[in-house]
Amino acid sequence: MIRLVLPPHLRTLAQVKGEVQLEVKGQVTQRTVLDALEARYPMLRGTIRDHETLQRRAFLRFFACEEDLSHESPDAALPEKVASGAEPFLIIGAIAGG
Amino acid sequence: MSGVRVLVGTRKGAFILTSDGKRQKWDVSGPHFAGWELYHLKGSPADPNRIYASQSSGWFGQVIQRSDDGGQTWHQPGTPAGEESTEPGAMPKGHSNKFVYDTSSGSGKPLTTHQWYDGTQHPWEFKRVWHLEPSLNDPDAVYAGIEDAALFRSSDGGESWHELAGLRGHGTGPKWQPGAGGMCLHTILLDPKNPDRIFIAISAAGAFRTDDGGKTWKPINRGLRSQYIPDPSAEVGHCVHHIAMNSSRPSVLFMQKHWDVMRSDDAGDSWKEVSGNLPTDFGFAIDVHAHEPETIYVVPIKSDSEHYVHDAKLRVYRSRSGGNEWEPLTKGLPQSNCYVNVLRDAMAVDSLDNCGVYFGTTGGQVYASADAGDSWNPIVRDLPAVLSVEVQTLR
Repeated sequence: MIRLVLPPHLRTLAQVKGEVQLEVKGQVTQRTVLDALEARYPMLRGTIRDHETLQRRAFLRFFACEEDLSHESPDAALPEKVASGAEPFLIIGAIAGG
Repeated sequence: MSGVRVLVGTRKGAFILTSDGKRQKWDVSGPHFAGWELYHLKGSPADPNRIYASQSSGWFGQVIQRSDDGGQTWHQPGTPAGEESTEPGAMPKGHSNKFVYDTSSGSGKPLTTHQWYDGTQHPWEFKRVWHLEPSLNDPDAVYAGIEDAALFRSSDGGESWHELAGLRGHGTGPKWQPGAGGMCLHTILLDPKNPDRIFIAISAAGAFRTDDGGKTWKPINRGLRSQYIPDPSAEVGHCVHHIAMNSSRPSVLFMQKHWDVMRSDDAGDSWKEVSGNLPTDFGFAIDVHAHEPETIYVVPIKSDSEHYVHDAKLRVYRSRSGGNEWEPLTKGLPQSNCYVNVLRDAMAVDSLDNCGVYFGTTGGQVYASADAGDSWNPIVRDLPAVLSVEVQTLR
């Protein structure tokens, strides 16, 4: 089971509290995790990555295991500790704006 | 029992202000969507319980919200609220915030680039919904004016959107360019007497009209003069800030341009200036009295480089002659040390017998007048900066 932490505003949209737990089939990558997240919480489509290009929105970052994975390929395997559920995959709102 | 519901969009959420027909005591609910920018909320004329809201954020992009109970509860159309959709093969329904430009040749051959700040051509990129205009007779039909400028329509209560691509496809698109606030389609006026006629306005392109339900469009900017563009009388390129009409006389339009207050008596085919004795004719908001089609309201702003009221006084100016002759309305409004702005969608009127007028400021005040502007009272004083004000008259 993958553990995922959403920023507060997206937790409000998805109507969840705390971490989200997702079952991801096959290789655990940014793409498969986000696909699973959006399938379960369709109201989040377009809020993390663009509807059409599926590119990460500019002011969001992806962290895990104390690393910034935002610029990794969406199809690269996420760290084993994320795949095993030992560590969460974090979606972080950048410190920007007003 | 009649009453009013004022829908207020701010930089950090939405607020709903309600009162009975006397408009003296107000209930305030909110913030709804706390922390998000609410560029616009508007109720359906066909069903006042149906309200659409544009919720957006620099971090998370666009969200469309809908209420079916007058703003008490909200949901994203088409998305099961809090429900999972994990059935194998189930398609996610979260498309209510999906605005994809139509580039197909069959729908008007819309152009794919517009002018950028440096003069080069730049692709259209969706940023946000500035304005939502519900249909006059179908609660499930609603138009969206977006940045980068285009007009979208939903016929399923906001679940899905498609572009009326003939607007961008009519030919002048490469000459449109963003103003300081972005290249936004911010004004949508539906003609109550002619369902095929729609007026829209774009900063900085100008005003446009369709007479065939949105298939084809033409610029309606003849008579506008803008010294800030190379050809002051160009067909497009004008920074129209807002347009208003009285529903009993939809061929008469009033416009607050970047500079100049303008009037058209022929559905936009030609315009003449009616700034008259205004202390400054720069501004954003303009509206028309609900029952007196020659009574119009503006809030003069000092200049395009100083976006606050003139002379540090918050004054609504009213003309009872359709322009040219204006009187300041000051009773109840601050007349010293005031430096707020009133944005383009932040003024509205109700349709009670004694027309109510409302506006919100960038300082977070929402003022109401229950006597057509003669006197004003703040409903609330300390909201986040107000982006939009709309009013529903409830009977």
